[in-house]
Amino acid sequence: MSAEERFSEDVLKTCERLKQDAEAGGYRLNPDKDFVMRLVQGLLENERRYGYRCCPCRLAFGEKDKDVDVICPCYYRDSDVDEFGACYCALYVSDEWIEGKKKHGSIPERRPAKFMRDGHSETPAPPSSLAPSSLPLPVWRCKVCGYLCARPEPPGKCPICKAGKDRFERFM
Amino acid sequence: MKFTHVPGRNAKHRVTLYALSTCGWCHKTKELLNANHVQYEYIDVDQCQGDERAEVSSRVRELNPRGSFPTVQVDAEVVTGFDDDRLRELLEL
Repeated sequence: MSAEERFSEDVLKTCERLKQDAEAGGYRLNPDKDFVMRLVQGLLENERRYGYRCCPCRLAFGEKDKDVDVICPCYYRDSDVDEFGACYCALYVSDEWIEGKKKHGSIPERRPAKFMRDGHSETPAPPSSLAPSSLPLPVWRCKVCGYLCARPEPPGKCPICKAGKDRFERFM
Repeated sequence: MKFTHVPGRNAKHRVTLYALSTCGWCHKTKELLNANHVQYEYIDVDQCQGDERAEVSSRVRELNPRGSFPTVQVDAEVVTGFDDDRLRELLEL
């Protein structure tokens, strides 16, 4: 049975959208179609359960504040793709990984043990020496992909990785 | 804790899998066990609610302090993540 027959229309459409968004932002989805469909099915299941797309390979607390770092794409994706060629659940991978230059398999969990146990918590940022009051606008940083922009408020969605407004922090 | 028992003709070891129903690596672990006819029991922790979820999560943490998935217990050994080579070695596949 083909992937098109085994997975719902919703899963197929979401896969297509994620692939387009990933490629537009310079990312790659895992080329193993079945594996990706299953992960996307998990993402949609988590969205139905919790109201947001928690990583399918991590147990959600079910409270957005506690899970905010592992909403897909997670805060750990870029570091994991850089180091291991794939994110924790292997939805996002690097070209090297696709070419077989990196080992395919489970990777260590980068999420801090404290967050695994109690959920994500913000550590108050130290007063920044990088925040000159002369800036005409505040600078916002996307905590998922590092995109920076100077505007009165963070954008509704990151134009690079599509992370939501609540995943931006004041950078300068 | 409600485990699902999967019968198999390879019952040399006692195998318990703590998994998430949504996780690709947990799925691959089940596929490996099924393809090799390993008898095992598993629980999808994300499908547990309330007290049961807390109880199973704390059991996973006793075996694997990070509390990550999949966590597989083979007799007295614990394998974390989808570690194909280690599972094959322990299960004598």
